[in-house]
Amino acid sequence: MEDNFQISGTNLTIRLPAEVDHHNSEELKRKADRMLMENNIRCIIFDFGRTNFMDSSGIGMIMGRYKNLRFMGGVVVAIRVNERMKKILNMSGIYKVMDIYEDLPEQSCLM
Amino acid sequence: MITENEMKLEFDSRSCNEGFARVSVAAFLTQLNPTLEEVADVKTALSEAVTNAIIHGYEGKVDKIIITCRIYDQTIEIQVMDRGVGIVDIPQAMEPLFTTKQDCERAGMGFSFMEAFMDTLEVTSSPGKGTIVKMTKKILHTDNRYEG
Repeated sequence: MEDNFQISGTNLTIRLPAEVDHHNSEELKRKADRMLMENNIRCIIFDFGRTNFMDSSGIGMIMGRYKNLRFMGGVVVAIRVNERMKKILNMSGIYKVMDIYEDLPEQSCLM
Repeated sequence: MITENEMKLEFDSRSCNEGFARVSVAAFLTQLNPTLEEVADVKTALSEAVTNAIIHGYEGKVDKIIITCRIYDQTIEIQVMDRGVGIVDIPQAMEPLFTTKQDCERAGMGFSFMEAFMDTLEVTSSPGKGTIVKMTKKILHTDNRYEG
């Protein structure tokens, strides 16, 4: 799963799997937090490009990373979100703290 | 066309089985000719119920989760049962954002998602004995012969 985590400057891009549920959220949490500890990250970009399923465990995972990062003054964004995932993100209210972009994370992270 | 059908699935409460449970129920559902959106709705609701059984019902211990699916009247009825700790206060557990597992970063949206994506939701539970989540959804999608 390491390839799915990419650091560029102070941005961490997490390429989410096809399905984000309780099972793989746990692993994503662990890896993301380790990278946050070891690197100076100011922006997490959740790439939903290949994701077609997410339940509330995924919301909890994103919410948790947002809380950890906000503490250090960082931001969380989502990119390449399909209609279904948009619906889930909207229902959860998480869009209030996380901007959603079509693509091009470099435009979204204002550092 | 089959008008009534039933299946039962029993598996260990391991998180790696969540995907298996979703796919199995989705496969059973296809006989009602659902839209992709309806399949996604049912998969999400089921995933919430199974995750609840694993995290809250059994609190990480490995035991059996039993899913029963019934099809009748173009409706799918799904029952997710565990023999775990049970829920003391069901209305509180069903409140949006309420969670007993704050430290585990649970969103507290499981029951809200189940309610949103299914037509009916019924929770019965007794502390120390377990929980049964029963939900139904009518699959509205019908074949083209009814159109035009």
